[in-house]
Amino acid sequence: MSEPLLTVRGLRMHFPVTEGIVRRRVTGEVKAVDGVDFTIARGETMGLVGESGCGKTTTGRCILRLERPTDGEIIYDGQNIAALDGKALRGYRQRIQVIFQDPYSSLNPRMKIGAIIAEPLHVHGIEPNAAKRDTRVRELLSICGLNPNFADRYPHEMSGGQRQRVGIARALAMNPEFIVCDEPVSALDVSIQAQVVNLLEDLREKFGLTYLFIAHDLSVVRHLCQRVAVMYLGRIVEMAESDALFDAPLHPYTRALLAAVPVPDPTVEQGRDFQPVKGEVPSPMNPPSGCVFHPRCPIAVPRCAVQRPETREIRAGHFVACHEVQ
Amino acid sequence: MPPLLEIRDLHTEFSTGAGVVRAVDGVSYSVGAGETVAVVGESGSGKSVTALSVMRLIPNPPGEITHGAVLFAGRDLLTISEPEMREIRGGEIGMVFQEPMTSLNPVLTIGRQITETLEQHRGLDRSAANKRAEALLTQVGIADPTRRLKQYPHQLSGGMRQRVMIAIALACDPKLIIADEPTTALDVTIQAQILELMKALTRDRGIALIIITHNLGVVARYADRVNVMYAGRIVESGPAAEIYHDPRHPYTIALLRSVPRLDRPRQARLDPVEGQPPDLTRLDAGCAFRPRCRLADEECARSRPTLTPVGGADHFAACFRAAA
Repeated sequence: MSEPLLTVRGLRMHFPVTEGIVRRRVTGEVKAVDGVDFTIARGETMGLVGESGCGKTTTGRCILRLERPTDGEIIYDGQNIAALDGKALRGYRQRIQVIFQDPYSSLNPRMKIGAIIAEPLHVHGIEPNAAKRDTRVRELLSICGLNPNFADRYPHEMSGGQRQRVGIARALAMNPEFIVCDEPVSALDVSIQAQVVNLLEDLREKFGLTYLFIAHDLSVVRHLCQRVAVMYLGRIVEMAESDALFDAPLHPYTRALLAAVPVPDPTVEQGRDFQPVKGEVPSPMNPPSGCVFHPRCPIAVPRCAVQRPETREIRAGHFVACHEVQ
Repeated sequence: MPPLLEIRDLHTEFSTGAGVVRAVDGVSYSVGAGETVAVVGESGSGKSVTALSVMRLIPNPPGEITHGAVLFAGRDLLTISEPEMREIRGGEIGMVFQEPMTSLNPVLTIGRQITETLEQHRGLDRSAANKRAEALLTQVGIADPTRRLKQYPHQLSGGMRQRVMIAIALACDPKLIIADEPTTALDVTIQAQILELMKALTRDRGIALIIITHNLGVVARYADRVNVMYAGRIVESGPAAEIYHDPRHPYTIALLRSVPRLDRPRQARLDPVEGQPPDLTRLDAGCAFRPRCRLADEECARSRPTLTPVGGADHFAACFRAAA
């Protein structure tokens, strides 16, 4: 494998919980991300999956440096960016971009589409000439499958799928090499999802992009990602090549997650023996001792309640954090 | 035996600034006793408005049911009086909505919201209603019901709230439950728990279920029959297995092709439904799917096709090109 573009090591992001109106006191801590390690190779698409509150979005925000991590290293192209500030941080931010989930709230309703896409070019002083900026905006719109005349429209005049294409055009404006896609198709209708997934694939090939693809829709992740990491309560419980993970999941949580997703085929569904995993995700303010999944785990043994499982490489490239998996 | 619910040529319109939207434009389908029927479609296809019309919950203005009949256990729900309708809502027909936080009253305890239904519809007194509410919470898998009854919706998780919604829907032993995107707001493992619970409860008690969803996997796992909606009309309907294995309408075919499958390795690129969903204020006389359809020709521009039998028994598609 080539030199990784991104290496995340021991990443922790803890948020304080405060009480009181006049005198605020810190009464606890939410361990949103609690010791996460992974790498992404140049040109690779890495999937980060899990249910709400598992820390996948916070991990993405740390990599984007929208949060300053509590602890850990984020090495991007040889440089630790976990504690960057000021000018160096601005330089880093020109190389990475983000596509958000909700194409309704992530575009400023008072700005024209053209101005939205041109803003990063303006802010970073990439293209001071207004006419050239306009040409670039129209080029970006057409790359993303939109009519260049949309530059003169407002977000409310567009459908959800079109807005998400605008969000993608904005991310591309800076010629980034790495894009964090945070649930980019979850808010879209089924027939539009496939269009946007195809667009993301085309752009990856055309511009040699690297993606961190954060999603809860496992079918889309299997289609788009070469490798996948499964998160639960702030930790990665399993990580492997996409087909290995989906065809032969090892961690009991991954198994439960995959079993819970119904497949669009009644014959396949009738043949599946399905038992939903019991219980709900515990609060990250007060996570269970030992293995965080043990209260819901069908194969838990007493040791799981006391000892946190180390991440082990069970097969080449297949990592699992579970005492019981051999 | 007549079906439990029969919707006949239902039309519901909304007046908007941009013109009249025919949200439901001639929808007919029926649900047999104990049957699970799925209504699939994307935003704006009219699947929820159809259900709200059945319950007569369309706000007027701007909405109006302009035509049709909804026959439930021998009566037309569109012509009975409002007090009679109120008896049926939450009585013989239960409802479960998508967002359990907005469909539960935030200032009433869970217990009060369940007992209210029981007192209204069953005339139970407070203590009998409380007892029944406790039993209901146990049936929907909520531990420690006595404590939970005294709690407010914000003290419960999303999955727990949806269990409470199901308990309310079940409270008066309904014959039919209408579930509108019951699990869309929930996480995958919780979604599976809620759907399994609904399946077990409706099967054990012979309750018919209309499940409205955009999730083709959920339909495949739970539905006996499927209605596919597009632009206010049913474009294909039939037994679930037929719809999935022998789809006839180009929209159904395209929709099934466009979704990636979790149980298969990555194949080629996805094959999306091209184009955008239609603007319902600007529909012409032709087939509404025509602009996105690969098979469309002049005939499709002249008139909108109606549901005609295709393939096996009980399988219908509204397409000139879908002949057997």
